[in-house]
Amino acid sequence: MTKRHVRLFAVAASAALVLSACGGDGDTDADAGDDGTTAAEDGGDAGEGGADGSIRIGIKFDQPGLGLRDGDTYSGLDVEMAKGVAEKLGYSEDQIEWVESPSPQRETMLETGQVDLIFATYSITDSRKERVSFAGPYFIAGQGLLVRADDDSINGPEDMEGKILCSVAGSTPAQRVADEYPGVELQEYNTYSECLPALLSGTIDAITTDDTILAGYAAQEQYAGQLKLAGEPFSEERYGVGTAKGSELCEQVNEAITALIDDGAWEQAVTDTLGPADYTPGPGNPPEVNEDCA
Amino acid sequence: MIDILSRYDVLGAFWMTVQLTLFSAIGSLIIGTILVIMRVSPVAVLRNLGAFYVNVVRNTPLTLILVFLSVAVFGVLGYALATRGESGFIATNAFRWAVIGLSVYHAAFVCEALRSGVNTVPLGQAEAARAIGLTFAQSLREVILPQAFRGAIAPLGSVLIALTKNTTVAAIIGVSEAAALMRAIMENETGSVVVFFIFALGFVILTLPIGVGFTSMSRRLAVKR
Repeated sequence: MTKRHVRLFAVAASAALVLSACGGDGDTDADAGDDGTTAAEDGGDAGEGGADGSIRIGIKFDQPGLGLRDGDTYSGLDVEMAKGVAEKLGYSEDQIEWVESPSPQRETMLETGQVDLIFATYSITDSRKERVSFAGPYFIAGQGLLVRADDDSINGPEDMEGKILCSVAGSTPAQRVADEYPGVELQEYNTYSECLPALLSGTIDAITTDDTILAGYAAQEQYAGQLKLAGEPFSEERYGVGTAKGSELCEQVNEAITALIDDGAWEQAVTDTLGPADYTPGPGNPPEVNEDCA
Repeated sequence: MIDILSRYDVLGAFWMTVQLTLFSAIGSLIIGTILVIMRVSPVAVLRNLGAFYVNVVRNTPLTLILVFLSVAVFGVLGYALATRGESGFIATNAFRWAVIGLSVYHAAFVCEALRSGVNTVPLGQAEAARAIGLTFAQSLREVILPQAFRGAIAPLGSVLIALTKNTTVAAIIGVSEAAALMRAIMENETGSVVVFFIFALGFVILTLPIGVGFTSMSRRLAVKR
């Protein structure tokens, strides 16, 4: 090996190191995407064999307090509820395959059998019932407002007249504000995370979506003490468990949720996951499990 | 499908797409022309600056440029392009930042399309222009750029088609154009494949005439040599 080759090799090696360091830093989006496809492929195999008896559960990967992926550990209320239900259905924790299910893809993932159950802040609505069977609800959330901790001028959506509110483009909370409070200036972004820097710098006045999601953001370490939930929730979001249309799993999930609420596991999960955000479940919780799996 | 079209303002959303395309096309044509003048100028600093701009902007994702402008420049630093307190402040502000972002991004492609046009002008013409005493600016204005634009019509058409489709990225900073409405409809309705095809069709209707028009223009206006 000549000197020049050695030098070239050294450059290439250090470049590789730098690149891998960037990758390891956790571009969660890219990683999540990868994981989604492999999990789906694995799922296909499992479905054919069925012998290994794993269950594929769709959750959000990016919502602190509800469904959050950190490396290969998963945390949040959706995750805890999913674990509890899976256990009642006879699956141990390591038989669960976690799959990311972003909001626009949830119905399709159930229809095509990429997942067996979905616990992903999945509000029960009539139009969704046309394509999936809901079990639950296992939690009742409401649309709330997240404001700066030192801002006392906002106590509800009616105080937002002429102020700037941030939400995710096309989402139900964003559409509700646009329809019912036309005086509110609505800035829409792709994710709630993009709203946060503008809220902290004072350019926008509040962020709106389900209060559970907002509480999760407020509790994140880097924002501790800087944000708070304002006023009372002004809608009712009933989180259900999505199952394929007509699936026999649905009734079993209903029974499992009822059992979890009765034996105290529900309360434990809520305290463990949403408690750190100083979030107290609103009226109607623990919910009555009354979906008929239609 | 019909009831979806009647319940949502699909035409209004596509009108916003057309507006974004139009303003960004004008903006990117102006910036792109300035860039190409820099890139063919006799001053090395300008040439390098132009090349630097093109290489940096062309290799930056459009999403990144728009999110940077909206989240960092507007959101964190607070630079707004509309008067705060006016009704529709956020919508106007988002639209203007989107036009700036799209113009800045596509200017790099316009510049390269025009430079390919400049290269169709025989070197002898530039030398002849200088020989009869025209300055650099005069030879550019009177001799080279008019021919360059006519030679670059086909690639400029491709840039315009790409621009039309790239306006969908503006949805992520809150401009209520076609892609933003599509997301809202998909959130509310269950027949998402139908919705997708309606919007795909809308873009085909917008871009096909652009392609046909630019192709025929490039044939009719080409400099016959």
